[in-house]
Amino acid sequence: MFYREAGDFKTTYSADNQTFPIKIDRVGYYVALVVAFLIIPFMINDYWANAILLPFLIYSIAAIGLNILVGYCGQVSLGTGGFMAVGAYACYKLMTAFPEVNIFFHVILSGGVTALVCILFGLPSLRIKGFYLAVATLAAQFFLVWLFNRVPWFYNYSASGQINAPERTVFGVPVTGPNTEAWATYLFCLVFLVICALVARNLTRGMAGRKWMAIRDMDIAAEIIGVNPLKAKLTAFGVSGFFIGISGALFFALYLGAVEVGEAFGINKSFLVLFMIIIGGLGSIFGSFAGAAFLVLLPVVLKVVGVDMFGWPTDIVAHLQLVIVGGLIVMFLILEPHGLAQLWRVAKQKLRLWPFPH
Amino acid sequence: MPEQLAFAMEVFLNGLMAGVLYALVALGFVLIYKASGIFNFAQGVMALFAAMTLVGIQNGQVPFAHLINAIFGTHVHTFGWNVPSVFALIFTVGVMILLAWAVQRFVFRHLVGQEPIILFMATIGLAYFLEGFADLMWNSEIKKLDFCMTANTCLPQGINIAIDEFTFNAFGYGFFIDNLDITATIVAIILVIALVAFSQYTKQGRAMRAVADDHQAALSVGISLNFIWVLVWSLAGFVALVAGIMWGAKSGVQFSLSLIALKALPVLMLGGFTSIPGAIVGGLIIGVGEKLFEFWVGPLVGGATENWFAYVLALVFLVFRPQGLFGEKIIERV
Repeated sequence: MFYREAGDFKTTYSADNQTFPIKIDRVGYYVALVVAFLIIPFMINDYWANAILLPFLIYSIAAIGLNILVGYCGQVSLGTGGFMAVGAYACYKLMTAFPEVNIFFHVILSGGVTALVCILFGLPSLRIKGFYLAVATLAAQFFLVWLFNRVPWFYNYSASGQINAPERTVFGVPVTGPNTEAWATYLFCLVFLVICALVARNLTRGMAGRKWMAIRDMDIAAEIIGVNPLKAKLTAFGVSGFFIGISGALFFALYLGAVEVGEAFGINKSFLVLFMIIIGGLGSIFGSFAGAAFLVLLPVVLKVVGVDMFGWPTDIVAHLQLVIVGGLIVMFLILEPHGLAQLWRVAKQKLRLWPFPH
Repeated sequence: MPEQLAFAMEVFLNGLMAGVLYALVALGFVLIYKASGIFNFAQGVMALFAAMTLVGIQNGQVPFAHLINAIFGTHVHTFGWNVPSVFALIFTVGVMILLAWAVQRFVFRHLVGQEPIILFMATIGLAYFLEGFADLMWNSEIKKLDFCMTANTCLPQGINIAIDEFTFNAFGYGFFIDNLDITATIVAIILVIALVAFSQYTKQGRAMRAVADDHQAALSVGISLNFIWVLVWSLAGFVALVAGIMWGAKSGVQFSLSLIALKALPVLMLGGFTSIPGAIVGGLIIGVGEKLFEFWVGPLVGGATENWFAYVLALVFLVFRPQGLFGEKIIERV
């Protein structure tokens, strides 16, 4: 009744091309932004920030990055953990080498570094495809984690082999280190997420995104109609690496604070982010958010229900969680291969006709 | 004979043995991939599940004991009996066949005709599910696997004295070769011969190859796809069981067993996804390559190169030969 485009006349091209053509969507988007920026920071506490909000924001960035590569360009990557580690270590090296520069630029730069590394490991994608490529990206995962473990230069020769984020401030408010406050880290991550999502959304709507999708749908046909596969694939790897690097840097500097690379950025992280985009929806920015939210919330909910309400031992709940996540993935692939995003689309389609469906 | 060379030869031999074990896991992948086009990431977890089931039945554990105790507040753990290995093995084969049927019936029958990459992701989901399920069923602590056909003939462990003495007399340096590795090699060879014979000379085997060639053509001449797929998953389950026994006897039955799947992936890339000889040769190349690399280059760069060497080797290799050593030539059409 309220959700429809009828009567919402567009008089300019830019109005016709906007991201949210339906008015209620647009309003919802601005309301979400206002809530995220102006209301949540005043209500947030440490538990909410650390258990739910920060991981959600950071994984959303990683999921957007991986979704560009897997969902839009069709190049399956299992190296996300390794690339996040690149972002984290680049950020650490930059933070310690140039302490006077604002951390905002460090995070952006570490995204850039990761993009370069990602392009390097994306080069074989021009020769190998499908499963072979998926397995080849595992080479990146294992090699990078090993590299950060074994080469002392990366962790500044610290005795423990860990990297620790030193205290850095933005406008005089500490965002990394031990003395941070929940709202500051939250806002810092949120700013990055909003920028990343805007950039990703507009990239995928434009020329670059169309080329990626052409490559995904059928690379040979795309090549014949004039899409340069070298450029398209490598830009996808680069853009994806940029976002994943940013998320890795934030994950290290703001969320964890101290990182042991094999633990924080192991192969499980690669799978986790991949699951997020499968459950959320391949080839959808909204899906990246939905998938990240789902997989961040699921363990918290299971813990609250299983451990706190039923009093089960934590190991049983952990095993149940594996069963549920695995089962959900299979279920989603069977029922709705396009994930939560497709469910959302279907719901919106139904809403447009409600209450008078054909 | 210089000592360095003797060391290198010992490393080489051990690499060959490790390669056979990798090939054993890779075989399971190839079987399923050939017959159904599914790249089964869950193969390693299947090996873990099989080994856990075997040990659980041997020790008379109550399945889901932890869960039952948590829900009903009881304290059951074991039935209090020990099952002989042979019967436990038969039971486990039964469980793996049941698993194959369930996987086929509840997962992949619904995914027929989906893109390969969707199927691949489904097997990742399956791997997670099975891992959690195995832990819930048999609990996740590290278990010791003793596999004995009769009371006295167990899986041999420890250094092989004969080889040690022989090489000591010949080169002045005794090679350390584990008996278990030798057994695994023999078992793997028998398994491969049996699989090849099965797929070449039996009716079901021929049907399996027909399905691998072309699903629809096979269906049109009256081959039951469902039956063949259950058969293939059962075979893969059996291979997983053998791999699980060998690896489990080597390093205990625990979560890290499922990571052998990750070891088998570069083997597959190298050998090609569709070739049984490829899996064997790829396994040997990877096994020898990573051991020799660790031996010569490892000390220079800080060690633990085994984690990634196989992948990088396979990656470099693929750039020159995208379909692997023995893979079918990739023909692309629009």
